[in-house]
Amino acid sequence: MYTLSNRLRLFSIILMVVGLVGLIIGFAQRPGSIEEVKEMMAAHDAHGGGHGEAQAADHGESHGKEHAEDAHGGDAHYEHVLHQLQNKPWAALYAAAFFFFMIALGVLAFYAIQFAAQAGWSPVLFRVMEAITAYLVPGGLILFVILALSGFHVNHLFVWADPEVVAHDKLIQGKAGWLNGTGFIIRAAIFLGGWLLYRHFAVKYSRKQDEDPEGNKWYKKSFKISAGFLVFFIYTESMMSWDWIMSFDPHWFSTLFGWYVFASLFVSGITTIALITIYLKSKGYMDFVNNSHIHDLAKFMFGISIFWTYLWFSQFMLIWYSNIPEEVTYFITRIEDYKLPFFGMLVMNFIFPLLVLMNSDFKRVNWFVVMAGIVILCGHYIDVFNMIMPATVGESWFIGISEISAVLLFLGLFIFVVFRALTKAPLLAKGNPYLEESKHFHY
Amino acid sequence: MASKVIHALYTDDDVLMDAVKKVRAEHYHIEEVFCPFPVHGLDKAMGIPHTRLAITSFMYGCVGLTVAILMMNFIMIEDWPQNIGGKPSFSYIENMPAFVPIMFELTVFFAAHLMVITFYMRSRLWPFKEAENPDVRTTDDHFLMEVDAGNHNVDQLTSFLGDTGAVEIKVIDKEEDNH
Repeated sequence: MYTLSNRLRLFSIILMVVGLVGLIIGFAQRPGSIEEVKEMMAAHDAHGGGHGEAQAADHGESHGKEHAEDAHGGDAHYEHVLHQLQNKPWAALYAAAFFFFMIALGVLAFYAIQFAAQAGWSPVLFRVMEAITAYLVPGGLILFVILALSGFHVNHLFVWADPEVVAHDKLIQGKAGWLNGTGFIIRAAIFLGGWLLYRHFAVKYSRKQDEDPEGNKWYKKSFKISAGFLVFFIYTESMMSWDWIMSFDPHWFSTLFGWYVFASLFVSGITTIALITIYLKSKGYMDFVNNSHIHDLAKFMFGISIFWTYLWFSQFMLIWYSNIPEEVTYFITRIEDYKLPFFGMLVMNFIFPLLVLMNSDFKRVNWFVVMAGIVILCGHYIDVFNMIMPATVGESWFIGISEISAVLLFLGLFIFVVFRALTKAPLLAKGNPYLEESKHFHY
Repeated sequence: MASKVIHALYTDDDVLMDAVKKVRAEHYHIEEVFCPFPVHGLDKAMGIPHTRLAITSFMYGCVGLTVAILMMNFIMIEDWPQNIGGKPSFSYIENMPAFVPIMFELTVFFAAHLMVITFYMRSRLWPFKEAENPDVRTTDDHFLMEVDAGNHNVDQLTSFLGDTGAVEIKVIDKEEDNH
């Protein structure tokens, strides 16, 4: 049995408190009026050298245009920035909440695949996977609350939730049958409900199988619900990605977006399994996990990273090549305003894991896997950031107190929930029929 | 010069694996093992050094990538720039996304083909090559271990191999030029 050390508990609580305080500061620091925005930008331009000048020139040009068409002139621009900055802590909260939720969701899918495929190598890791999916409950509830607030326009994250915007927008009007607060919340409830239901029964059957392995009755039940869940999951995951992420840009759509988000959550989930397993091993638990298991997890990290890149590129190249204005605007915003995170994410999610994890022997070296894993997780956070921020805060983005605090808050919660869940059951799923094969797994 | 080798035949891969470990523990020299199918872990048990094929594959992949870049740069940018769909045709880097599939394919093509050719050369396999396996049954259901008997007592070695589970043991006077 694993016992949660006081140090780790304290660490996670400190993370949560620091994150919460920082997030409150982030919300409190939102500018309340156009005058505050002007002050902030003046202060920013004053101490920014070349960057400030470039920005000023840029603004001057756009002001000129606005002056021509409307008497308020520059104020329209400042009001725009004001809305973006008011959105910023919400968007930061949303990105972090979604990122940690998607890790748990990726692990849930991976867990179901192990059962559906009757995999023989992985049963020694099942308890780690079950513990990570425990985060789905609190993480899903928090995300649901944030989604409900956004869907009913308490904040301004989703433009389609703003009746004034919709009134002047033919394209969103056409999609209002799907993109409306009520439907949004009902769908979110169905997605989350289905996933949590599977999670509940899968863990229950896995525990029962330990108590009563005779005839593998519970194992067969696990197999059946896992297969059923995977069918449910791939549909709901796809729709979830349209609802929760793609609808930030309601004019834009991509037909492989569901797959793209899936690859992201899958690789983040597998990486987290590897990191937590290595952590537990370093603390002297899980001596039944050998370096072949780590090797297999690292192979998945490597393979799914390349799969993610494949989907990213498939989405990017077709849109870049066809250059249709309503499609290509998605990437133009990202390349113009988000150059560093956009290309930095490609380096972190593709080139780095490709080169570091290519060698077979390196995949067995724990610190190598940990290093690659941390970079992959950061890279996929930035991926989520890139999907959410351009539509919510636009060019007013920066990694500030709200972004860092939101990540710390959910990281603390994640560590707290996952490691507490680990103490609830023995670390070895001893009733699993493939356990012996898994223990002797050797490559 | 003729050298003496012993051919020990086995009918099961697990028995063979145990036998290989025992023979090596007694410090006899295994020249070669002939199997009808790849036996997992046999190379490690025989003490064969790790293959360097993966390194060559990486290098071939780099060559393929370079060839693709140079080729597309020459064809599409330098020699005959074409305006396809209004894409920039005078700069490689700006047109790069269009070339990525070619870069990927040639990387895989070079790595795969050259690696297979390297593997054949390293294994001394080529068309019309005469088979090296000393017993045709190793292509069906028998495993053959070839042990060097040069400086050892042949009777002792034979009985030792019999104890490891060999179903048939032959002492062969091997001519140097027989393969």
